[in-house]
Amino acid sequence: MSSTIEQLANQEYKYGFVTDIEADVAPPGLNEDIVRLISAKKNEPEWMLEWRLKALRHWFTMKEPTWANVRYNEIDYQAIRYYSAPKQIKKLNSLDEVDPELRKTFDKLGISLEEQKRMSGVAVDAVFDSVSVATTFQAELAKLGIIFCSFSEAVQKHPDLIRKYLGSVVPYTDNFFATLNSAVFSDGSFCYIPKGVRCPMELSTYFRINSAGTGQFERTLIVADEGAYVSYLEGCTAPMRDENQLHAAVVELVALDSATIKYSTVQNWYPGDKEGKGGIYNFVTKRGKAFKNAKVSWTQVETGSAITWKYPSCILQGDNSVGEFYSVAVTANYQQADTGTKMIHIGKNTRSTIVSKGISAGHGQNSYRGMVKIMKSAENARNYSQCDSLLLGDKCGAHTFPYIEVRNSTAVMEHEASTSKIGEDQLFYCQQRGITPEDAVSMIVSGFCREVFRELPMEFAVEAQKLLGVSLEGSVG
Amino acid sequence: MLDIKNLHAGIDGKEILHGVDLHVGTGEVHAIMGPNGSGKSTLANVLAGRPRFEVTAGSVLFEGKDLLSMKPEDRAREGVFLAMQYPVEIPGVNNIYFLKAALNAIRKNRSEEELDAMEFLQLAREKMKLVDLDESFMNRGVNEGFSGGEKKRNEIFQMAVLDPKLAILDETDSGLDIDALKIVANGVNTLRSEKHSVLVITHYQRLLKYLIPDYVHVLADGRIVKSGGKELAEELEQKGYEWIEQEVAAAR
Repeated sequence: MSSTIEQLANQEYKYGFVTDIEADVAPPGLNEDIVRLISAKKNEPEWMLEWRLKALRHWFTMKEPTWANVRYNEIDYQAIRYYSAPKQIKKLNSLDEVDPELRKTFDKLGISLEEQKRMSGVAVDAVFDSVSVATTFQAELAKLGIIFCSFSEAVQKHPDLIRKYLGSVVPYTDNFFATLNSAVFSDGSFCYIPKGVRCPMELSTYFRINSAGTGQFERTLIVADEGAYVSYLEGCTAPMRDENQLHAAVVELVALDSATIKYSTVQNWYPGDKEGKGGIYNFVTKRGKAFKNAKVSWTQVETGSAITWKYPSCILQGDNSVGEFYSVAVTANYQQADTGTKMIHIGKNTRSTIVSKGISAGHGQNSYRGMVKIMKSAENARNYSQCDSLLLGDKCGAHTFPYIEVRNSTAVMEHEASTSKIGEDQLFYCQQRGITPEDAVSMIVSGFCREVFRELPMEFAVEAQKLLGVSLEGSVG
Repeated sequence: MLDIKNLHAGIDGKEILHGVDLHVGTGEVHAIMGPNGSGKSTLANVLAGRPRFEVTAGSVLFEGKDLLSMKPEDRAREGVFLAMQYPVEIPGVNNIYFLKAALNAIRKNRSEEELDAMEFLQLAREKMKLVDLDESFMNRGVNEGFSGGEKKRNEIFQMAVLDPKLAILDETDSGLDIDALKIVANGVNTLRSEKHSVLVITHYQRLLKYLIPDYVHVLADGRIVKSGGKELAEELEQKGYEWIEQEVAAAR
């Protein structure tokens, strides 16, 4: 009897505040109890909890990487709260209540009024209610057998798919930040395109029901079954603010035989103020695995965050698979970005393309870090890499760290790199034709990024172009 | 149209123009000639408002307005066009897009309707014929990979589209073969009217065979030392610049 009591007592101690399931916020710190709390809050099955715990235990053995060319104050991981209930965003009655600065930015980006209302939490007309729009889309997708839901929902409703593919591209042991995410991930998206189905629309979290805040530790899993096609959009051009300074997201893409996944990101998290105070630390692990004849294509426009640490990569596992990486990274004021890609060629006749455009302004530091690895098995692999840097002003920096590892002599590798500065001459030329320096900069920068922008879905590309202009505002003159 | 009085200007703290006086009337074509280093290009750049050049004294009125206090883009919008000696490349920026943005900025300033893509294309096609540029040029980057001659023709094409009140040609003839020279001259001649003025800056007389000026001025050592009609250009071609320099020295 006494031993049972003891057991119970221990258990209660062990599971600490799991009992306190109604609490909205976990205390700061990270331990198994916190992970159990997160899992319990989401009503997760045992296997999911086990996976999280394995990740956590592994994470405790890991050290934060220091090789990236970024500087930031040490992060105290025990001072962070790893769970808080999704907050109900305060509904505003009209756009007049929205921060005028924010509205100015919306206007510059050309975001429609309805969209502005949606993003700033103003109650919208029933017709434009994003939920009803989303429902319509959901119905259409369901007809094709496409699953598109929050990650938490998928854990409940599609456990077989999650168990099969979760961690299959980014294992929970992968790296410090991905492992942290695996232990404590809040929510994210799950998407499954069945065999031979071409998803008829660009999928975006915008159309997902239950997308209550992206959260600090987002996790996305996209699986395109044989011969399927999907284009996925992440983020939006509107400025995103978050109280959480540390963001560590994971995205896994699985492109089965002859499938294509196109993943486009516009990242515009709060970059900190002009003096470099505040701003999001964005440590992201993104990776796609391409099986036979499959294609994984990443396009990213990174303008936000104080620190960006991000290397969307492709594992070209199957023969004839294709990997692509198109990137525009902007660092203005005191922003720092260390971003690039990894292309791992394993299958025969695998091809990869890397086009990276770094733009530095103010005191911004921009590093391209990329690895191309041709394994012994990868007969006739091809890679084309192009890394261009554009400097605005003389206090910013651009750095390139290409790593190339070739273990098969049939590989063909091409690498091009350039660094240029927006010259006084270019600006003057534009001005002499009646164009203001601000418009000139945005024009020159867009021209510089053209090869990447044309990979973006049309609407996104237009917004991204405007976003660059806004991000670089005040960088000249 | 243009009134330059006692203009002193230079670059990096070094004075190059030591008091230039020049009046260009509406509808007139003036040629400024002079030996290398006499300050011809400085004059062109100062008028267009290039940042590195500093004006230390004097005044420039354009249609009665103080040109020197205007930003470069405002000068352009008021109708001052500079065909550059070395047109820069702007990679990735579509030629036609660039020029449309420029024209619409200028039209807006004149309170005219902005042209839409179709209207603009029609105008551009028409003007393109003037300078014998192929339409494929329009979809390339601004001056990107253009030959020297193509860049100069592109300048004249831009001028024809923007229809400036005052066009300044800064050694547009340099590096052109005779055919290109004729094309450039023809482009400028088409612009000539009682409403348009042209300031041609050149080292050689050869452009002036096809683009006949109303007045010719000789710039030497930062001053206009001699002015005359189109015969002056021929005289310079025959005698070179030395006799003028001697004449100036003797007069001092």
